[in-house]
Amino acid sequence: MRSTSKVHDTRQQADTEVVVDVRGVSTRFGEHVVHSDLSFSVTRAEILALLGGSGSGKSTLLREMILLQRPDSGSIQVLGTDLENITTESALALRQRLGVMFQHGGLFGALTVLENVGLPLREHTQLSSGLIDDLARCKLAMTGLDDTVGAQYPALLSGGMLKRASLARALALDPELLFLDEPTAGLDPESAGAVQDLILGLRKSLRLSIVMITHDLDLVWGAADRAVVLGAGTVQGIGSMPELAQINNPAVRKFFDGQRGKRASTTQQPREHAMAPQAREVTASKPK
Amino acid sequence: MAPLSLGQAGEWMPMTTLDQRPAAFTWTTPKILALTGAWTARGLSTLETSLSLLAASDKGETVVEASGITALDTAGAWSVHSLISRLQADSGQVSLHDLPDRFKNILASVESHFSAPPAAQAISPAPGMLGTLGHAAIAQFSQLFALLSFVGECAVVGVALLRHPTRLRWRPMLFNLRTAGFDALPIVGLLGFLLGVVVAYQGAEQLRRYGANIFIADLVGLSMLREFSPLITAIIVAGRSGSAYAAQIGTMSVTEEIDAMRTLGIPPIEMLVWPKVIALVVAMPLLTVLSDAFGVGGGMIMAQVQLDVGFPEFLERFAKAISITDYVIGIAKAPVFAMVIVVIGCFQGFLTHGGPDSVGVHTTRSVVQSIFLVIVFDALFSVAFSALDL
Repeated sequence: MRSTSKVHDTRQQADTEVVVDVRGVSTRFGEHVVHSDLSFSVTRAEILALLGGSGSGKSTLLREMILLQRPDSGSIQVLGTDLENITTESALALRQRLGVMFQHGGLFGALTVLENVGLPLREHTQLSSGLIDDLARCKLAMTGLDDTVGAQYPALLSGGMLKRASLARALALDPELLFLDEPTAGLDPESAGAVQDLILGLRKSLRLSIVMITHDLDLVWGAADRAVVLGAGTVQGIGSMPELAQINNPAVRKFFDGQRGKRASTTQQPREHAMAPQAREVTASKPK
Repeated sequence: MAPLSLGQAGEWMPMTTLDQRPAAFTWTTPKILALTGAWTARGLSTLETSLSLLAASDKGETVVEASGITALDTAGAWSVHSLISRLQADSGQVSLHDLPDRFKNILASVESHFSAPPAAQAISPAPGMLGTLGHAAIAQFSQLFALLSFVGECAVVGVALLRHPTRLRWRPMLFNLRTAGFDALPIVGLLGFLLGVVVAYQGAEQLRRYGANIFIADLVGLSMLREFSPLITAIIVAGRSGSAYAAQIGTMSVTEEIDAMRTLGIPPIEMLVWPKVIALVVAMPLLTVLSDAFGVGGGMIMAQVQLDVGFPEFLERFAKAISITDYVIGIAKAPVFAMVIVVIGCFQGFLTHGGPDSVGVHTTRSVVQSIFLVIVFDALFSVAFSALDL
């Protein structure tokens, strides 16, 4: 948990409001155990990174949190709703409060980028087409894409633009909770840095809680408040990066001891200290 | 003071916060516009029109009073911002007062990304009938030339393969022989049989009228062997395998597998097209023979049922009426149809680019074009055979 000792009462209350609560989740594919008794939680306006080697069940866990898959046992609560016996209506309502950015974009090839971003608004609100286009352009601008990109089809976009467009669509309905699957994978360092700034900016301006799967240690050091290290089907370590760096667990150590891990920890100043107070200001005034 | 409410986004309530009133605005005085309720994508819908009609009463500073706003999302912030910009353009001075602190970030974020809607692009006038015709013709011709160049490319690779026969890929060829040939046996046999039944049934009525019952063998034999068997086989194979070729190669080019093949130094045509050509050129005549046999069998059964022509009589007449030429002519068409189907299927597959939609479009085209071309070739064969007196 983040240290909340110095924080004001109301802040503490807002801070510890849990938006995702994973309790004792186990998942199996036939004989293969993916998760066994996995637990962690995400609080409001927090950026949580899910770390773990390939095949550690990060993507499966993400799919379980966004209602695409059910765990075999255990419970997952998202924005106060238990996913176990969720009805179709409440699942639909919940889905409108979540934004998901898929690893390969998941943009519809038959629609232009602007139409892709406007699609959730067209589907779930009664706003006029003109306003929806304006809003879609605004979301694209927020993710750093200009008007000319909006008119193009996803097949023509570069990897970085695809990620941004996908993020813009995930933001279309102003979600409270954003799931990002490998937001910087396959991007050049500059674009990756821009995505990182984007994520921090969104948390600041829109008060988003963000759960991201990533292998990008620079991003974890630079943006995440806390990280969860998955390994052998369970949580190997949880905490801020400096905290995790103290843990003496081989599954956690490999994110710090490798050459890349060391470089990331030295070159990236943990930005949470710079960003989090502002985020907390925002959180604090949220009406309960 | 009983403010007159101009806009109410009633009925629809946000799902998450049922206690929130929908977005509304009121002129509390001619100079003060008060915004209240949930300014969110959900709460705004019915307010939108009245909001866009809103104009400042006259010159002088207008105050937008925002303390009553209970929720604000991007859509709401956008609306508030565009309202303020519009009033500013109308009356000069507008100020936003008392926006709750928690909404300042989002409004600032929208403001910094606000862009005026782009000027509507001049829509080029729709081409007239002649223009449409011309565009369609050009598109057709360019595709025809592309097809010809694809055939040429295949031929070049084919010649290279003739020089180095060891480079022929046996595994995909045998695989195609099984999927396009062996696996198609049941459906080809069944449809051939049904076609024979239909031909005999239709012919029986007419022949009985003239007492020419025995000529049912001529009718069924000639029509099935020369025309119907090769044609129905080609149509089934075009639908079954031609579409599969287009979808397979199309998906491969969308997922960059074709490019990968090129960079690995494997010519895609050698790997993907020729094994299919050879497999289908072998399989199609064999399928046609099966269809011949089942078609004639079906006709024979109908002759027995409808015209009391027994199997021995039917076969005796059949042997007299049908020459080996008729049989060979039907089978000789099959390899040509096979090549048409493979070339069109693969050609459409290679044309695919972009996404899943494109795969669908080109798969459909491959089936339509290959059936079309099969029938065109069949007609050409008929003309050629009649010129040759075959």
